[in-house]
Amino acid sequence: MLPDELMGFPAAAALENWDPSVIVEGRFDHEELTLWIAPQKIVEVCRFLKEQGRFTRLSGVTAVDWFPADPQFEVVYHLHSLERNQRLRLKCRLEGNSAEIDSVTGVWRSANWYEREVFDLFGVVFRQHPNLRRILLPENWVGHPLRKDYPVHGYKYSYGEPGGG
Amino acid sequence: MMGEETSAASRRMTLNMGPQHPSTHGVLRLMVELDGETIMKADCEIGYLHTGIEKQCEQKTYQQAVTLTDRVDYLCPLSNNLCYCLAVERLLGLEIPPLAQWMRVMLSELTRLNSHLVWLGSHALDVGAMTVFLYCFREREDILRIFEMFSGQRMMTSYFRIGGLALEPPRGWQAAVKKFIEAFPGNVDEYEDLLTRNPIWIRRTRGVGRASLEHMLDLGVTGPMLRAAGLAWDIRKTEPYSGYQRFDFEVPTRTEGDVYARYQVRVEEMRQSARIVQQALEGMPSGPYTADAPHVVLPDREKMKTQMEALIYHFKIVTEGFRVPPGEVYQVIESPRGEMGYYLVSDGSAKPYRVHIHGPSFGNVQALPIMVEGQIIADVVATLGSMDFVLGDVDR
Repeated sequence: MLPDELMGFPAAAALENWDPSVIVEGRFDHEELTLWIAPQKIVEVCRFLKEQGRFTRLSGVTAVDWFPADPQFEVVYHLHSLERNQRLRLKCRLEGNSAEIDSVTGVWRSANWYEREVFDLFGVVFRQHPNLRRILLPENWVGHPLRKDYPVHGYKYSYGEPGGG
Repeated sequence: MMGEETSAASRRMTLNMGPQHPSTHGVLRLMVELDGETIMKADCEIGYLHTGIEKQCEQKTYQQAVTLTDRVDYLCPLSNNLCYCLAVERLLGLEIPPLAQWMRVMLSELTRLNSHLVWLGSHALDVGAMTVFLYCFREREDILRIFEMFSGQRMMTSYFRIGGLALEPPRGWQAAVKKFIEAFPGNVDEYEDLLTRNPIWIRRTRGVGRASLEHMLDLGVTGPMLRAAGLAWDIRKTEPYSGYQRFDFEVPTRTEGDVYARYQVRVEEMRQSARIVQQALEGMPSGPYTADAPHVVLPDREKMKTQMEALIYHFKIVTEGFRVPPGEVYQVIESPRGEMGYYLVSDGSAKPYRVHIHGPSFGNVQALPIMVEGQIIADVVATLGSMDFVLGDVDR
C-alpha cells in the first residue's frame, strides 16, 4: 500500500495504479523516494518502471544486512531517469539466512556485475542470473564479508571453524 | 561446413592480458579470444585490489571513515571525501558555510585536473607519445604541491571533513592557485599541440573503441564516455551539490563516441575546470571554514584549552564520535570518471551501519567487452586508456 502523501510522485502513483499489490511500503526522506517492493514482483516492477517510468538507468544494486533481525537482508536498487532527472530507490526485504531473489539482468544489463557483487559480499542468490560467480573475492573464499556476523579481520586469526567464529 | 568451423576454432588463441600488464593501469585481468589479430571475445576479471573498504567503514566512526574514502579512487581522493561528507551532512542536516563550499568546489576541480592529467599522460604514453606524459606530470606536480599546502598531504588528503574543512586554508594559498591556474590554459594548448592534429595519434584513436549510447547506458557507463557519445549529462549541472549552480561552465560533448572523441571531451573538461577554479579563486567568500555544529566539528585549539564546554565536546568527539540520526541517503557527484554514489545507512549510532561506494569505474569496466570486441589487439590498449578507470575504484 502506498501512503497517500506519496501519491504526488508520478512514478509511485503509476506503479500503484498498475498493480496495487506490488508496493509494500513507501517513504520520502532526505529528498529521496524509497519504495518497498514485494520481492516476487521485482522484475515486473523494474520492467514497468524502465518502460513506462523512463528509468533507463540502473545506478546500482546493493544490500543491507539487518542481522539478527528477520527479514535479514534488504536488497536496494537505485534507479535513475535521465529524461526526468529523477532518482528512485527500490527495496526488497528478504527473509532467512539464505535469501534469494530474481535477477533484474533481463531489464538492465548493468545489473550483471552489481548483482554479482551483492552475491559475493552478502551471499544473496539472484535467480536466473546468467553468470552468478564471485566477482571481487577469489572463487574459493569462504563466507560473505559484508554480513554483520562476519568478523572484520576475517577468520585468519581465529582458531575456530570458518563460520563458527 | 563442419570442417570449416573446426579450422576456424583451431585458429583461435586465448590471450591473457594482466593482472600485471602495464596498459591495464593497475591490476585488471583481461582475457581475449583472438582470431589472428581480431578480438572475437573479451572478458575481464576484477577484484585483485579489493581491500574491504566498505566493511572497514562500518568499524570506524563517521569522521574516521573519511580517511578510508581517499583510498577508494586514489586519483581523485577529494571527490571521494566530498561525496562521503555530503552524504553524512545530509543525514545530520548540517549547513555548510560558503567558504567551505567554495573551497570544496575549487579543490574538487583541481582534483579533476589532477586525475585528467594522469589519464592524458598515461593514455598518450600507452599509444606511444611519451612527451605528453612528461608535460602532464609536470603540471600534476604543481597540483599536488597545492594539495600539500592545504592539507599536508600530496595524495591522501582527507581535507574535506564532515562539517567543512579539516584545516583553515593556509596563508598564501591564493598566490599558489593563481600562479598555477593562470598558466594552465597555456599548458593545455601545449598538450593539444602535441596530440590534436598529430596524424599518428589520430590514426590510433579515431574510430576506435566505439560503442553506442544505448549499450553504454544499459551497461552502466557514466561520465566523459557518455558525453563523447553525445549525451550532455553532468551531475554538476543536473543535480548540483556544494554550490555548483553558482559557477559558470559548459558541458563539452562530442558525437563520435570513439577514443578520439573521449580525448577531446576530457581536454575540454580540463579547460572548463580551470574556468571554475578561476571563478572560485576570484569570488572566494570569507567566513568560517566549518559549520556551526559543536557536537560534530572539533573545537578551535585555543578554545579547547581555555573553555570547559569546548574541552568536553572535544573529548566526546575524539573518544566516541558523534551520533547520526537514523536514515539513509544516496549522494551522487560527478567524479572525473562519472557518477560516483555513496549510499549511507545510519542506525543512529556513532558508526555508519552501511556504506556502499558506487564508483564510476565499476560500471565503466563492465562495458569493456562491447568496446573491444571486433577490434584488433593493438586497439585494446588505446581503448583501455580512453576509459580512464581506476582499479581501486572498481575493487574497493
